[in-house]
Amino acid sequence: MPFIPHTEEDIRAMLDSIGAESVEDLFDEIPADLRAPPLTGIPEGESEMGITRLMQERAAKDGMPSNFIGAGAYEHHIPAAVWQIATRGEFYSAYTPYQAEASQGTLQLIYEYQTMISRLTGMEVSNASLYDGASALAEAVLMAVRVNRRSKAKRVLLPGALHPDYRKVVKTLIGNQGIELVELPFDETTGQTPVEVLAPYADDDVTAMVISQPNFFGILEDVDALTGWAEERGIPVIAVVNPVSLALLKPPGEWGANGVDIVVGEGQPLGAPLSSGGPYYGFMTTLKKHIRQMPGRIVGRAEDADGKPGFVLTLQAREQHIRRSKATSNICTNQGLVVTASTIHMSLLGDEGLTRVAEACYANTHALVEKLAAKGIKPRFTGEYFHEVALDFGGDAATRVQTMADAGVLAGLELSRDYPQLDGCVLACATETKTESDLEQYVTTWEQAA
Amino acid sequence: MSEAPKDLKYTKSHEWVRSEADGSVTVGITDHAQELLGDLVFVEAPEAGSTIEAGTACATVESVKAASDIYAPISGEVTAVNEDLADSPEKVNESPFEDGWLFKVEPSDAGQLDALMDADAYAAHVEAES
Repeated sequence: MPFIPHTEEDIRAMLDSIGAESVEDLFDEIPADLRAPPLTGIPEGESEMGITRLMQERAAKDGMPSNFIGAGAYEHHIPAAVWQIATRGEFYSAYTPYQAEASQGTLQLIYEYQTMISRLTGMEVSNASLYDGASALAEAVLMAVRVNRRSKAKRVLLPGALHPDYRKVVKTLIGNQGIELVELPFDETTGQTPVEVLAPYADDDVTAMVISQPNFFGILEDVDALTGWAEERGIPVIAVVNPVSLALLKPPGEWGANGVDIVVGEGQPLGAPLSSGGPYYGFMTTLKKHIRQMPGRIVGRAEDADGKPGFVLTLQAREQHIRRSKATSNICTNQGLVVTASTIHMSLLGDEGLTRVAEACYANTHALVEKLAAKGIKPRFTGEYFHEVALDFGGDAATRVQTMADAGVLAGLELSRDYPQLDGCVLACATETKTESDLEQYVTTWEQAA
Repeated sequence: MSEAPKDLKYTKSHEWVRSEADGSVTVGITDHAQELLGDLVFVEAPEAGSTIEAGTACATVESVKAASDIYAPISGEVTAVNEDLADSPEKVNESPFEDGWLFKVEPSDAGQLDALMDADAYAAHVEAES
């Protein structure tokens, strides 16, 4: 199929046929104040040579800083082979294939992806991916409400130590669906969400509960205690996890006595570059008994009329092209290309490689904390952490972070933006990409910024 | 022409209702409905103990080609669901009026039964729809 844009004549003919004056007329119903203003800083149109030069100039402004900011998107080494393979013509599409007979390779790849992500999270089934971690959580909340039909309250417990952007996206996506979100406080000493904060809801009708592991502050939650509390009350649990951490931590499928009901997270750490915030992908896994309530596409292994194995899109009766307004979601496509890269990334790393990455992340962040402790900078919380830590920079944090950035070190995310009580705290992460001299540079620039 | 037993009541949305001796009613989908749907692969019944309201969607049946809502023919409390369908949804295809029943209801107003169609009226309705 050729991708040729409509000509002026084509557009005129179509407008005349429906009786519209201009393309602009078609957007009449959208109030002017809801429309995006013109994008400043983006030129009208440029030649390939012109745009290359412009982008090089702008990239040079960013420089090549040593990055210690994580906060939901993490810098990891991506083997060169990953995108070399992912951009082959056979794979190079963002879309899920609709036509099974012409798409066996892509379907098999998604099937392998589902298998890998199910194993990593310790769950039974996976979908073919969602847009990103935050919207995957919103979908999981809606799914949990469908799963727990017995609960009439539609009340979902969200930890305050969950990523603030995730909380915002959940509020945006489900805000008008009659679901109540209750925010659970965290312990300001440990940084954990202690099981005691659930006490006020012990006898309430709670529809679902979210647990983030590690939480936004990098702190490890007592997931067995939290899951156990929910299990005793028959409340479905949604786990939000960092996939890299699962190489070291207990998978959500084994939390508590019987494991959680739904697992979601951001897939970016598995093969997608930071790239100004996207495209990323969200993953979602669950138990077989909940599969009909799961949103998104699912690839299954089937047999053809001759008994030969093949791959198909399955359980499509949940989806919008069949169920219309009652579909389990209106996500009809997925982040196919990023998932392709991610699957190749996981294949190249393997169990052992991913474990080594996770171990290096853990070791580097703990080494950084040790070096800073010698200079009097302490973690803000006492809880155990994986590869991210809230550092108490003190009163001049903002100036210090800026000065360090000017010196080529991005020290971390200032937490005061979302947590006023954590003023002066900087969330820092040292992944496997950081060397001993990178850690030394962090400490040196911190000292020089005083 | 598909089968429609004389002792049952019917809805326009192709559910059937049988009045039992104890005052409860049993609900299922008609032979005609299962023929239209094709092979069923999943039945999502209402929860036992839940309250349903006549004319509103209360269950779902999924076939290889579609998922369709089942509308409550009568208001009341669901007293039992056909647990066999969880593993054998094909019973709805094989025996829509007997083994393939969906759920039982304790009606809050048995008078609502009078508003439903008898077998002849239902047969005419199916005829008119086709």
